[in-house]
Order: sequence, then C-alpha cells, then structure tokens
Amino acid sequence: MGFLDRERCIAPPGYDRWRVPPAALAIHLSIGQAYAFSVFNLPLSHAIGITTEAPGDWKLSTIGWVFSTAIVFLGLSAFTFGRWLEDAGPRKAMFASATCFATGFFVAALGVQLHSIWLVYLGYGVIGGIGLGLGYISPVSTLIKWFPDRPGMATGLAIMGFGGGAMIGSPLAVALMDHFKSATSVGVVPTFVAMGAIYFVFMMFGVFTVRLPAPGSAPAPAAAVRSVRPPAPDVHVNRAISTKQFWLLWVVLCFNVTAGIGVLGQASPMIQEMFTGRITPAAAAGFVGLLSLANMAGRFLWSSTSDVIGRRLTYAIFFALGALLYSLVPATGRAGSVVLFVAAYAVIMTMYGGGFATIPAYLRDLFGVMHVGAIHGRLLTAWSVAGVAGPALVNYIREFEIARGVPKAGAYSVTMYIMAGLLVIGFIANWLVTPVDARFRFEPDPAGAAARMAA
Amino acid sequence: MRETSRRSGADTFKLVASWLVVLIPAAWGVSQVVAKAAALFK
Repeated sequence: MGFLDRERCIAPPGYDRWRVPPAALAIHLSIGQAYAFSVFNLPLSHAIGITTEAPGDWKLSTIGWVFSTAIVFLGLSAFTFGRWLEDAGPRKAMFASATCFATGFFVAALGVQLHSIWLVYLGYGVIGGIGLGLGYISPVSTLIKWFPDRPGMATGLAIMGFGGGAMIGSPLAVALMDHFKSATSVGVVPTFVAMGAIYFVFMMFGVFTVRLPAPGSAPAPAAAVRSVRPPAPDVHVNRAISTKQFWLLWVVLCFNVTAGIGVLGQASPMIQEMFTGRITPAAAAGFVGLLSLANMAGRFLWSSTSDVIGRRLTYAIFFALGALLYSLVPATGRAGSVVLFVAAYAVIMTMYGGGFATIPAYLRDLFGVMHVGAIHGRLLTAWSVAGVAGPALVNYIREFEIARGVPKAGAYSVTMYIMAGLLVIGFIANWLVTPVDARFRFEPDPAGAAARMAA
Repeated sequence: MRETSRRSGADTFKLVASWLVVLIPAAWGVSQVVAKAAALFK
C-alpha cells in the first residue's frame, strides 16, 4: 500500500494543477450522496410489507436516525482525524474515506437483508459517516496549496461537489431500486451493494489522480499570488482552537448553517402551506430541486467572489442580506407572490452553500496553510450542532404556532424572524474577527517560541 | 509556470479526460433537477 503514502503523490515538475480539482470533486460528488439518503426512507419502511407497511416494518422516525448518525459521525471523524490527515496526505485519507463509505453501504445492505436496524446504523451511519468526514476535509489543504492565488475558488469547487452529490445520488438510487425491485423485494439491498461498488470505483479515480505540489515549488504565477491576501503565519491546530478567532468562526458557521438547514429540510411542506391550493406536491419537489441548485451554485460563486472582496466582507453580505431576505419572506407569502418567495429563498440558499465553501479559505487567511485541514475538521462540529438545532427550531416553532391557533400559512413567520435574528448575531461575530495574535504562531524551534513569549 | 507553459497533447488529453469523468455525472444530475424544477413554473 506504499502508493498511498504522502511522498508517492508529490507531483512531478510541470504538473498541471487544474488536474487536481477533478480528484477532489470525485470524492465530494460521491459523499454528497448522503443528502439524498431520504429516497431510501419509504422503501426501507416497507421492507417487509413491500407495497404497504407491515407489522415489524421500521417506522420513518427510526429510519431518520440513519442520516442523523451519519452527520454526527461526519463531524466527529473530521474532528478526530483532521490532524492525522495532515501527516498521512490526501491520497491515504481519500482511500480511507472511500473504503469506509463503500463498507458502510455493504454493512447497511446486510442490515436490511437481516432486518437489523442497528446494523444499518452501524453501516451507513457510523462507518459511512466516518467516510464522510474523512472525505469532506481530505482535499481542502491540498487545493489551498495548489491554488495560493485562488484558495476560495479552489475549495469552493470541491465543496460544490458535496452540494451536487445528492443530485446524482438521488436519481441513481431511484433508477437502481426500480431495476432491482420485485414482487418480494423493494430492491434496497442490491441497490446499496451496487452504490457501494460504484462510489468506491468513482472515488478511486480521486485517490489515484490527487497530487500534492512539490515542496518549494510555485504552483501559481508569483504575480497572481502577490495580488491576493497572503495566508497568515501558520498556527498549530491545538493552539488554533484556543484563539477567539476560531470560536467566532465557529459561531459564524453554526448560525449560517442553522438558518439554512432548517428551511432546507422543510422546504416542500412550507411552500405548499404558504401558498395553499396553488403549489402541487410536484411543484414543491421542483422548489426543493431549485434550492439544491442554488445551494450548489452558491458554493462556487461566493467562494470565488471572496477571493476578490475578502472573506470578512463576504460573510458580512451573507448575514446582512440573509437577515433582510428572511424578514421579507413572510411578506412575499402574504402578498401571494410565488416568484418573489422562490427568488428570496434561492438567494438565501446560495449564501447557505457559500458559507460552507468559503470557510476553509477564511481559516487559511487566519491560521495559515500548515494545519488548515485539521482546523477545518474541528470547525465542522458547528455543522453537527446546526444540523440538530436548525430543523428542531423550525419544526418546534411551527408546531407551537399551529397549536396556538395560527393558520398554517402564517405559522412560518416567527421562524423567519428568528432566523433573521440568528443571522444578526452571526454578523456581529464575523465583524469581531481580527487577525490572530502573533503569540499563537507555530514555532518549529521551541527555544525560539520561548524567547518570543519572554519578549 | 504551469498555466503559461505550453501543454503537450497527452497532458491536454489527461486534463480534459479528468474533468469529463466528474462533469458528465454532475451534468446528468443537474439535468434531472432542472427537469423537476420546471414543474414549479408550469
């Protein structure tokens, strides 16, 4: 397995750096399938009854924990293995990610075959979730090293793949289940096995084509590098998490994600309830698809824009414009304007995706390149928290409003105003971000560090 | 520099092939979503 070593993926002289983003995209387009796991919910809930729910079939709420477990383990593995990844190199990390992700599918298939939900949790949730975390952070520092002149665009390109992964994963799963289903099977078991194999092969493309720039080489024209904000001096990951900048960015990411993820999960019922009788379930599915496209496009557009206008200003726009749009959404519902409602949410979703995609470059600006992947991994715990808090907030407030007699069409207004409030807090946190103090800089020579501290 | 130096035919082929490997499935996925999103404005 020596070909996985960091030294073996150093690029030869003259290597074209534009061959590296497809390697990162292969990983992110694959693991982004996680966002499409809901297509399995209904078939899994009929695994015994086939056409209808039978005694012993899993409830939807039970199946819902598969995705939640995977997201929790995404955050945990990114937190735990981020530092290892920096030493092991991207190829080994991508290989480990592909192995875990595919094994997760195979174990989950066994779980469905034996009708053991715990095996499904272990497979797709735990093992697959570890693959998600490893895969999510593995190409980040590699791309930042290859594109010192455009770090936002480069990482945005990869993270855009994660947003787009569901667009491939969802129709692929539906097509495979249609192919494999029979009078005695919903077709989930062979679909899981096939998807595990397909994604493993696709991710191997990334494993074999990823390259690191040779130490001391200049992957980008010097003039282009000089024209952008230089990375900060390196900060060790263990020291980075003791800075106020890390925790301010944690709040920035957490609140930006909370505001978006809750609405994303409720988009279909929300538009149908706000425009009762005008929006069919098929049109609502189209709305969800449109939001996914906006989410994906925003990842690339905003992160690229941040290379020009700076990260702080980019996030300031996210929070200011996001708060304004959330405040206006209830009015578009009352005015009965579907077009304005859809347009407002599409813009909000571009900023939700942009928040994910721009954060690695923000970390690079503050903490340098050395441990940016590991620091990014630790920051992703904000995503895990937001993934639980966002949907819970939206669901709880909606139920509370309906319980106190508010019509369904108006039950989302308070939620929107609370989301706007969260974004205002995010705006303040982002505005408080300042350069990291020199005392946190990484000092390879401990004596030098001690002298600096003494001085 | 890499971007300004001339690419050989083999390098160009590898570059284009790499991007096609990821862009073809991505384009298929996007087309599926666009078809679904069209229902919103019918």
